[in-house]
Amino acid sequence: MSEQELLLKVRDLEIEGRSDETWSPIINGASFDLHKGEVLGMIGESGAGKSTIGLASMGFTRDGCRISGGSVEFDGIDLVNADAATKRGLLGKRIAYVAQSAAASFNPAHRLMEQHIEGPVQHGVFSADESEEDGIELYRKLRLPDPENIGFRYPHQVSGGQLQRAMTAMAMACRPDLIIFDEPTTALDVTTQIEVLASIRDIVEQFNTAAIYITHDLAVVAQMADRIKVLLKGDEVEEADTRTMLSNPQEEYTKSLWAVRSFQRDQKPMAPASETPVVSLKNITAAYGDGTIKVLHDVSFDIHAGRTVAVVGESGSGKSTAARCMTGLLPPMEGTIEFDGVKLPADYRDRNKDQLRQAQMIYQMADTALNPRKTIGEIIGRPVEFYLGLTGTAKRKRVEELLDVLELEPKQYIDRLPSELSGGQKQRIGIGRALAAEPKFIICDEVTSALDQLVAEGILRTLAKLQDELGLAYMFITHDLATVRSIADEVVAMKEGRVVEAGPKDVMFKPPHHAYTDLLLSSVPEMDPDWLDQLLEERGVDNIGDAASSKI
Amino acid sequence: MQSVGMIILQRLGLGLVTLFVVSVIIFTAVNMLPGDFAQAILGQGATPEAVEAIRESIGLNKDPFTRYFEWLTAALQGDFGTSFAQVSFSEFAGSDTGKGGIGSVTDQLVPRFKNTLFLASVAAIISIPLSLVLGILAALYRNSAYDRVVNVSTLSAISSPDFFLAYILILALAVINPLFPAVSNVYDGLTFWERLNASMLPALTLTLAVTAQMMRMTRASIINLLASPYIEMARLKGLSPMRVIVKHALPNALAPIINVIALNLAFLITGVVVVEVVFVYPGIGQLFVDSVKIRDIPIVQACCLVFAATYILLNLTADIASILTNPRLRHPK
Repeated sequence: MSEQELLLKVRDLEIEGRSDETWSPIINGASFDLHKGEVLGMIGESGAGKSTIGLASMGFTRDGCRISGGSVEFDGIDLVNADAATKRGLLGKRIAYVAQSAAASFNPAHRLMEQHIEGPVQHGVFSADESEEDGIELYRKLRLPDPENIGFRYPHQVSGGQLQRAMTAMAMACRPDLIIFDEPTTALDVTTQIEVLASIRDIVEQFNTAAIYITHDLAVVAQMADRIKVLLKGDEVEEADTRTMLSNPQEEYTKSLWAVRSFQRDQKPMAPASETPVVSLKNITAAYGDGTIKVLHDVSFDIHAGRTVAVVGESGSGKSTAARCMTGLLPPMEGTIEFDGVKLPADYRDRNKDQLRQAQMIYQMADTALNPRKTIGEIIGRPVEFYLGLTGTAKRKRVEELLDVLELEPKQYIDRLPSELSGGQKQRIGIGRALAAEPKFIICDEVTSALDQLVAEGILRTLAKLQDELGLAYMFITHDLATVRSIADEVVAMKEGRVVEAGPKDVMFKPPHHAYTDLLLSSVPEMDPDWLDQLLEERGVDNIGDAASSKI
Repeated sequence: MQSVGMIILQRLGLGLVTLFVVSVIIFTAVNMLPGDFAQAILGQGATPEAVEAIRESIGLNKDPFTRYFEWLTAALQGDFGTSFAQVSFSEFAGSDTGKGGIGSVTDQLVPRFKNTLFLASVAAIISIPLSLVLGILAALYRNSAYDRVVNVSTLSAISSPDFFLAYILILALAVINPLFPAVSNVYDGLTFWERLNASMLPALTLTLAVTAQMMRMTRASIINLLASPYIEMARLKGLSPMRVIVKHALPNALAPIINVIALNLAFLITGVVVVEVVFVYPGIGQLFVDSVKIRDIPIVQACCLVFAATYILLNLTADIASILTNPRLRHPK
């Protein structure tokens, strides 16, 4: 590819961010070249500065950031020193951006097509009519359903995966030379992600567009990029073409990233059929609101002591609703929930303290699940006092023990506020709060999906260790099959509120599968750069993602 | 999600309930005012018989409960009763004291209310576009010298008492530069332009009093949205800052702006007493204050009811308008 013309030249780029009236460095010198038609993958954990570099490649910095050194040259134009009008002339027209959350990045007040044609019309590239026609053509190329009419809907009337494709179409509207993709599939289900990936790659190739593809997912970047650049806390780690990077990483950090997915716990044998499960769902049917729209249909599964049951499925498949039924937040319409063989009252308000204590929850967003005004000691101390009746020194001692178990130095952390902790530490506090009740059963709702891979692995290891020591039963709600592979003993696959397949992990991960499980499994990107090509060849473009899912 | 029609019906119903509750409060409060009309009109030396006779003739001797329901039933039919102050005159003139006759509350209220509405409309037509434009520009050039000047001057205007602003305007626009009359002599038979000319100074005073709030809300709610991903997206499309704000931020910022506009419109109708007095403008505020002075209960009640209805109606309109700015409600899935 490098025989093509040089498009973007970034040299020693330094960016500073402002906090508390002082400027501190975010990016300490990044350099790269991008040629026409080339895709550069940019990878790193959160806080590595991927998005900042991506935006700076457009000559743009967010409020509170500034480019303090180095140069960004796009097709010979110095973007660092260009005036606002020059940059506006390039943005949207020759350099376009695809944001992480299409749902938030489309203006809720305007129809998709209005937003699509705005760039071309304002830049004088196409007339409104031409651009509209072109938009429909792009929607068709990106395989959006009903391309003639989908543009006349409002963003809230279109699903997340479709919006993400519509946003790619919008970025294409002026036929730019360069598109920055900022984690475009992170918020999507695996089955939807694969569809978006395939369409992005297809359209980038068709129009010979250069792209910077930002992601934290190695397997995704392996499919999309010609070259990969690894970043760590604002520093460049290394850069190489995709195949070299995957097969022969040079730096320790890169190797550790590659190794994350290796954590795998041995599957425990199935519990004997005679054993009473800790939790047993029996024919649960549940609905929100007035009961006309059912979200769960006749759902049954058991969870045994010391075992982890992973509940997998796309968003909207009823995973979290099942958890809400177990905790009594949503009393089911039909069916019962048994705990140690005893039927639990459907509504949490009718359960006694001991019954409440037995089932605890850990949440996806540790940020919002912890009260920002309470110290760690108070957060963990509250269930200790409420369920176990400990107060004063006894309570503090128990909190310290728990922090010890979680590998957080008690003296250092007990008086901190959640805002003074990192994402992984907050999630540990979430675990600590659940453990404080001394439950037999913990529901883990997407506990690792908001975390970086290295941190997520630490959390998984901690959970595994606790399970071995305390014999806890876990229900693991996730859409990430890599997590399932590493920690689950049994798997329950759900689709549209029904259990489509359930069984031990080794059986579930081996064919033959139920068609839906098969679709889920096959949609998880692998580190092999040829994986997407092979899959598309095997299945054909019409048998992936939503299209395939709706056929089942 | 409910349909917009259902929501509007629901709000209308709630508005009626509120109005009923308010009518009870008004009636109770007005009747708790010390003294009564008979005593006020007859003065210190009144004989108990004379007082009793007047009370009898205007129905003050009935129990409050009966009076309330008589008043409410009549009011529902558009008859707000007879002004106490006019009773004797109308009897003297030999006409019926009932509805439609000389001295009925409606007769006194309607022309005054029309004048007030005219004044409020003029003030609104000047102040709403002015505050929106000022607010949008302040958001566009936030933290600039322009932003500060606009903020400081509108805030000074709102912090000064109405009558002070009024006299300054009289000094500047009626005395030094005689552009408008200092006294708003408004009466029937004026042409529209004469009327407008006469109302200009009070309207400008009111504009100064309401602009700050609307302008600051416009500025704040637009700036509030500037960190949203879709605004960043609009900027990254290379749109001009003005277009980003007007096309992308403003439509999503409308709900709070509309609510503040409605509150200020209500103020333009119900809070104008001082301005009307300064300019001797024959509006409903003056009538209200005069009637309280002489304990003319039917007029006081009717004025209160009109004020309450104005508030409720404008807030209702604001609610419905902000619902309509939400595309999720206009275009359900």
